Amino acid sequence: MTQRPTIRGPAIRGPKTAGRPGTFQLLLGNRLAAGGLAVLALVALAALLAPVLPLANPAATALADRLLPPGSPGHLLGTDQLGRDLLSRLLWGTRLSLAVALAATLVAGFLGSLTGLLAGYLGGAADGVLMRLTDLVMAFPYILLALGIVAVLGPGLFNALLAIAAVNVPFFARTVRGVTLGLARRDFVAAARLAGAGPATRLAAEILPNVAPTIAIAMSTTFGWMILETAGLSFLGLGAQPPLADLGAMLGEGRKVVFTAPHVCIVPGLMIFVIVMAINLAGDGVRDALDPRLRSGAAARPEAATRVHRPQMPDPPAPDGDDGLQVQGLRTEFRLGGRILPAVAGVDLALRPGERLGLVGESGSGKSVTAHSLLRLVPSPPGRITGGRVLLDGRDLLGLGLGALQALRGSRIAIVFQDPMGSLHPLHRIGDQLAEAIRAHQPLGRRAARARAAALLAQVRLPGAAGRLDAWPHELSGGMRQRVAIAMALANTPRVLVADEATTALDVTVQAQILALLRDRAGAGGAALLFISHDLALVGGLCDRIAVLYAGRIVESGPAAALLRAPAHPYTAGLLDCLPQRDRPGGAAAPIPGLPPAPDTLPPGCAFAPRCPRRQPACEQGPVALHAAGADRQVRCLFPLPGEAPT
Amino acid sequence: MIAVAARRLLALGPVLLGLTAIVFLMMALIPGDPATAILGAYATPENVARLNAELGLDRPLAEQYLLWLGNLAQGDLGRSVSLNRPVAAEVFGRLGATAILAGSALLLCALFGLAAGTVSAVRQFGWTDRIVTLAVLVGLSTPAFWLGLLLIALFAVQLKWLPASGMYAIYGGGGVADLAAHLLLPAVTLALVATGVVARLTRAAMLEVLRQDYIRTARAKGLREVRVIWRHAFRAAIVAVIPVIATQAGFVLGGAVYVETVFQWPGLGRMLVEAIAARDILLVQGGVLVLAGGYVLVNLAADLLQAALDPRIAR
Repeated sequence: MTQRPTIRGPAIRGPKTAGRPGTFQLLLGNRLAAGGLAVLALVALAALLAPVLPLANPAATALADRLLPPGSPGHLLGTDQLGRDLLSRLLWGTRLSLAVALAATLVAGFLGSLTGLLAGYLGGAADGVLMRLTDLVMAFPYILLALGIVAVLGPGLFNALLAIAAVNVPFFARTVRGVTLGLARRDFVAAARLAGAGPATRLAAEILPNVAPTIAIAMSTTFGWMILETAGLSFLGLGAQPPLADLGAMLGEGRKVVFTAPHVCIVPGLMIFVIVMAINLAGDGVRDALDPRLRSGAAARPEAATRVHRPQMPDPPAPDGDDGLQVQGLRTEFRLGGRILPAVAGVDLALRPGERLGLVGESGSGKSVTAHSLLRLVPSPPGRITGGRVLLDGRDLLGLGLGALQALRGSRIAIVFQDPMGSLHPLHRIGDQLAEAIRAHQPLGRRAARARAAALLAQVRLPGAAGRLDAWPHELSGGMRQRVAIAMALANTPRVLVADEATTALDVTVQAQILALLRDRAGAGGAALLFISHDLALVGGLCDRIAVLYAGRIVESGPAAALLRAPAHPYTAGLLDCLPQRDRPGGAAAPIPGLPPAPDTLPPGCAFAPRCPRRQPACEQGPVALHAAGADRQVRCLFPLPGEAPT
Repeated sequence: MIAVAARRLLALGPVLLGLTAIVFLMMALIPGDPATAILGAYATPENVARLNAELGLDRPLAEQYLLWLGNLAQGDLGRSVSLNRPVAAEVFGRLGATAILAGSALLLCALFGLAAGTVSAVRQFGWTDRIVTLAVLVGLSTPAFWLGLLLIALFAVQLKWLPASGMYAIYGGGGVADLAAHLLLPAVTLALVATGVVARLTRAAMLEVLRQDYIRTARAKGLREVRVIWRHAFRAAIVAVIPVIATQAGFVLGGAVYVETVFQWPGLGRMLVEAIAARDILLVQGGVLVLAGGYVLVNLAADLLQAALDPRIAR
């Protein structure tokens, strides 16, 4: 990397966060693909060389040598019911099958691509008509269509070729049309038109080169099907006619002696299988290699709980009382490609029963990862917890087995997520989702759980609560869904409620209502609240204490009022300056210059130093420790601000 | 839900009409003179003319189509030349056998495809996943007609466990057990490719769903993983897979042609092959029409099932 990193730290959501298959997995995929290509090349070579190889005449019958088993002298693969040499027939048949499939692929590819190009390029009525026709043909099982065409044209290899090509035209037309449609609207094509290029020139010079890869990929995926389909028609006696025999026709003849000499049909069938398997392996390999999502591991699915791998355990806890939530030296990292991103780099938090703690930071500061780490909900792979403890009433959540963890999730510690649109299951009624949360931890019957669910909905003041039990999530607004999510989190009166940007996705007025709700309900049940937000003002109005997170570390913590009145860390001060304030001269918000650093390229000293207006050479020398700064306050800064409000 | 069903049924009309048009045009566009094709090269001109008039082939194409459509509406698909009996009687007499075979194959591919795909996704990159992935590739690469022959050679000829062909035993046959014994090999053969496709797409759908926020919510609720996988993830994935299964009905109905031929199953597929060989155009037409109609109906059923399972569609 030559310039300053501008990549944001890992966020929790979205496909970009997932893990990565092991090197072995990718290697295996590539090896299989390479193997497929090698086998395909070998088969093609053998088919090409059939005329010059020392083979028997594939059509020469010898009734004395009928149905010889494989390994017979002079007949390596044996003979068929007319005494013809199977090896010779196999190679000649392969030659024919490959040639027919190739021809059919080329014909279908040419006609289909032409149709697709024209439809996509011309657009309008021509496109409409062509695509309706394509739809109609595709609504037809295509093997039946091919049979119908052969029925019309009459049996024969050439007619079978035409039929198989014809039924695959719509596939190419549709694929190519999609790509062309995108290209025809692009700037460089418009530029060519302005430059005076005619339609044909534009199509050939500007669009075709860009569509060509798509056509090539479509052809390679179709080729395997073409082999199977040709073989099928010949097998039924509708393709190659005697004495000509492709692999399918050989199979069809072998069928007659399957009871007495199965090798006659095993041999050609095996060849079809090997060819198609090789094509599929090679095709999959190419597709995987082209799919960047697979490379980055984005296709990985998260496991039931974040993996915990703590090489160095912190010292045994010295808890100040067993109650509440204590986070000690929490470390969570993501492994993406070859990079290790330490999103949370040693976070300490303490949350006493009934207390409200605000955790504040910019995007990528690690605050959501911290929140999700508490319940081990960080997607793994690629995430894993590499250090620290999460003590809930004295028990370390990171050391629990899955069953014990599941018993605590949703009952002692619960979480409300940011996006109320995605966090409810779209296909279950909200009453059922609530009842499920209740019954996971309480021995209630269906009816009792439903009554409790209705009571919960009333507690979170969902409008028309009782009648909403049978509503679907998509029938509710964002604010209403977030109320349901809060009801779900409070279902088992947890000791700790984590709210991860729970109001960020909502309108300002709804935001205020949800905040009031969180304060009331958490207070009513005696739950401690960990409120995570990027909005310092919001947190200031809600919480007793505030902790400020930067680049995966706490940089300042203290009582909310004191911290807001007189921030000690320049970063906290910067965040405060970002807020639009009525009483500030000029009134304009002043954003902090620069961006947070990527977690894997942190500077050796203070992580904030590159953006800090008070930077001194000492700041960049080495790690800065969190130290006490006044009553009940801590700051990670060598040159903290004096205890006065910034002006 | 009722509104959705009504809409889908209305949309069915044009599709079925288009279907009849394709089938009709295909047969009407036979190069040369169909009557000559039916009667053979040595037919007298009078006989050709009479058959042409009988088939209505001397009238304009549009009129022929309407005439044909009118007959179709009355259940008249014409007369089979090779069998010398009404096409409709032959086709509907064989429909049951194909429906049993194709229905069983579709059921098998749905059950095994969904199960294999789900397990594969849950154990992603594990050994189960690799084995399933490889098995799917093998399934997709195996010609069904060849597999049928291998199964016959193994289970009927070598092991003598199952009958090699037919739908019922010739002597003392009949009954569900006899049918099941005859059905097993052809149904498995027919289901193979479709199972591979369903498994592959189920795996992809499950991997997509497992990354969704609502799965994280389910885990945050403290649910056991079995429940998270089946009640939350699978429930969402199956909605995406249902249309795929319906598409496989096309493969299954088309593949029935091969499998019925291999196993001598007395259904429409075998009838089609024999009709094509005999150049019995009307019989081909009737068989293709009924099979394609069945495919359209399966897709309709899938549409309705999907709407029933996804409240967001059934608004």
